[in-house]
Amino acid sequence: MRREPPRAIGDYAPLFFPAVMLVVFFVVPFSTMIAVSFFKRDQAGFYTPDFVTANYERFLSAFFGGVLGFSLMLAIMVAAVCVLVAFPFTYLLTQSSRRVQTIWLVVLLSVLSLSEVIIGFAWSTLFSRTAGITNLLVAAGLMAEPQALLPGFGAVLTGMVYQALPYTVLVLYPALVRLDPTLMEAARTLGASPPRAFFNVIVPALRNTIVATLIMVFVFALGSYLLPQILGRPQHWTLSVLITDQAIYQSNMPFAAAMAVFLVLISLALVGLTLLVGGRREASA
Amino acid sequence: MTKLMNHRLNRRAVLGAGVAGAGILAMPSILRAQDRSIKVGVYGGYFKDSFDKNIFPEFTKATGIAVESVAEPTGEAWLVQLEQAARAGQAPADLSMMSQTSTLKGQSTELWTPLDPAKVKNYDDLLPQFVAKYPDGRVAGIGAVAWYITLVTNTEAYPEAPDSWAALWDPANKDKLGLLALVSNSFLLEVTAKTFMGGTDALDTEEGQLKAFEKLAEVKPNVRLWYRDEAQFEQALKSGEIPMGQYYHDVTGLAAADGHPVRSTFPKEGGIQDSGNWVLSKASDKVEEAHVFIDYMSQPEIQGLMSRKVGTAPTLKKGVLDLSDEEFAAVSSEIDPIIPRYDLYTSKSDWLNQKWTELIVG
Repeated sequence: MRREPPRAIGDYAPLFFPAVMLVVFFVVPFSTMIAVSFFKRDQAGFYTPDFVTANYERFLSAFFGGVLGFSLMLAIMVAAVCVLVAFPFTYLLTQSSRRVQTIWLVVLLSVLSLSEVIIGFAWSTLFSRTAGITNLLVAAGLMAEPQALLPGFGAVLTGMVYQALPYTVLVLYPALVRLDPTLMEAARTLGASPPRAFFNVIVPALRNTIVATLIMVFVFALGSYLLPQILGRPQHWTLSVLITDQAIYQSNMPFAAAMAVFLVLISLALVGLTLLVGGRREASA
Repeated sequence: MTKLMNHRLNRRAVLGAGVAGAGILAMPSILRAQDRSIKVGVYGGYFKDSFDKNIFPEFTKATGIAVESVAEPTGEAWLVQLEQAARAGQAPADLSMMSQTSTLKGQSTELWTPLDPAKVKNYDDLLPQFVAKYPDGRVAGIGAVAWYITLVTNTEAYPEAPDSWAALWDPANKDKLGLLALVSNSFLLEVTAKTFMGGTDALDTEEGQLKAFEKLAEVKPNVRLWYRDEAQFEQALKSGEIPMGQYYHDVTGLAAADGHPVRSTFPKEGGIQDSGNWVLSKASDKVEEAHVFIDYMSQPEIQGLMSRKVGTAPTLKKGVLDLSDEEFAAVSSEIDPIIPRYDLYTSKSDWLNQKWTELIVG
């Protein structure tokens, strides 16, 4: 393929469409949100255009700090668990026959067609005392009486991992499929056991993919607001739940916008930090 | 029939989210070639469907005034639209169904044309809480729809019905309750005040409000679910997973009638009565038609019709109604209701919301 630097404006033409999309669907809405976050809240009405920092001041408290910390921790855990489960799974999947791969991918894609609402209610039934999985354990004689497994942190984490896992597999799959099989063969020839070869050769070879996947799942999990409500107690509500409360139930758009801007900034900062640390390690290696 | 009432909050969540324009854009559903007409804003979804089907055609038949019904989002988006339109001399709807809090907020800017009680035949039969007044006594709105939130229980888990809201505080009910998740829709501060502090007047001062919060904090260990979505709680109540809580009286009655082991009890302190008013935008010139409409809607027969067909509690005294005792009990009660302190949700909403969130999340 011939590559040369663009000279005329026309050479940039292929970029116009994505640029317009980016402006219309990201820059404009996000700017509006930033603007609204500085508007003045009127308790007896809605809001008036202004430039006040009260919305950010209200957010800067131990209470919201705690909620933000929990949301970040939850998203990081979901990302970590997803990658821990999905990476070996996807690797084994790429080793199996074409037919098995197709069936698994179809199953994963069909899980993606479920909405968050359906996933939430399905898990709340599975975890319930009256109809849940503990009834099976009782029937099998492993438990004395059925128990409710929700609401609780475990239930929230399970629901969110279940929701994000198909994405994780689908993001990892192309990279693992393209992985050169001779790498593994060389490691085995040199005497490494399969687990050792997997951890010492495959995992490092795909470090960038793994980091990118972690970031993707983290961002995906950070926006979740329905599963924490359905499966968790109030202390498991994420910042997204409180943003929804403010925007929809309290009609406090400026405060909701300020919280959302804060959440975006923090997650961008974390993503940036991850990339920075990753890049530095690469340079020193 | 009022099964769809389940979606009251869902609808609020969906509509409030950002379809503020939906009300204006909504197509008129009934518009005939009559000379006189009126545009009426009704909560979109269940209420609008029921009114379009059961109430408005009867009104047009009786008065010759055509009704163009407009779906309005609940929450405050509609108030804001009316306010902005009125500034430009426009009225997206002449009459609107308006929550009590929004009615008060509209009063602060004189958005509502004062109504003339003399033109409403049954004005004197209206229960006092269904007449919204300006501070100087002018009538700002008249009750449109009302419903009760009561103490509900699973009959298998609780063979005996509890008789007081104090049951929510009973340590024996640890981890068994389902309560509404927001200060402004659960009205639990009012319940606390009425049950333990002698009445909702105790919430007049910040000191009283803090005391109520303190008492309410004792309920926390008993609460299994703080719900925003009704379907979530209703299912758990029916199955006995969460055997006690607060819920809509009429919907619970319907579930019981369907054979589910649930019951709704009016505690001795009263059920929580929430409601909406008919209010007339100051930009509307249909003042005459609006009075005819409110007069028509406030008749005992029509209130009875609404109770039977829409499941709302009547706005008139029981004595003048044509409802049988059973029909009346399906939607209301003569026990003095707990009427929410809507004034607090206009003047101190952010403070109350913050305290509340800290209480249940913290």
